[in-house]
Amino acid sequence: MFITVSIVILAAIAVGLVRAFRGPTLYDRVLAANMIGTLTVLMVAVLGFMTGRPEFLDIALVYVLISFVSTIAVLRVVALRTGTTGAGKK
Amino acid sequence: MMDLILDVLSWVCLLGGAIFLLIGAIGVLRFPDFYTRLHAVSICDTLGAGLVLVGLMLQGGLSLVTVKLLLIFYFMIFTGPSAVHALAEAALQDKLKPLVDEREP
Repeated sequence: MFITVSIVILAAIAVGLVRAFRGPTLYDRVLAANMIGTLTVLMVAVLGFMTGRPEFLDIALVYVLISFVSTIAVLRVVALRTGTTGAGKK
Repeated sequence: MMDLILDVLSWVCLLGGAIFLLIGAIGVLRFPDFYTRLHAVSICDTLGAGLVLVGLMLQGGLSLVTVKLLLIFYFMIFTGPSAVHALAEAALQDKLKPLVDEREP
C-alpha cells in the first residue's frame, strides 16, 4: 500500500515537471518547483515507512525548511534582477 | 481488532491524500492562467499533505515518529501558504496580469 501511495506521488511529480518545463512565465516554474519540493518531502516520509526505517523523517524535516528558503531566495533574486523590490517596499 | 481499524483508517487517509496531491498536480498542468494554477497548488497541497501525514501518524502510533510527523505538518502549514503568498506578491509586482473575462455580464 505504501508502494501505491509513492507511485501516485511520483506521478504527481512527473506532471509538475511537465509544467516546470512548459511554464510560459518564470513564476510558473518557481510554482512547479515549490510543489515538487512539497511532494518530495511526502515521498521521503512514505519511503521511510515503506523500508521500515522512520529515521528518514529527519531528512524530510530538513527538506521542508530548505524548500521554503529556496523558494523565497529565488523570488528575491528575481526581484533584484527585474528591479521590483520585494515585500511591498518601494 | 483495534489494529485493523487503525490500519483501515490510515490507508483511507493515505490514499485520499495521494489522490488530492494528484488532482492538484493535474490542476497545475491544465489551468489557463498563473493565478489559477497558484490556487490549485496551494489548496490541494495543504489538504493532500495533511492527509498523508495523518495517515503516517496512524501507522506510527504513540512514539517519537509521530512527534516528528507533527513537526513536519506544523512547518508545512506555515511555510506552504506563505511561499505561495510571496509568489503571488512577486508576480503582481512584476505586473503579471490576471486572466479576466472582459465580456459584459
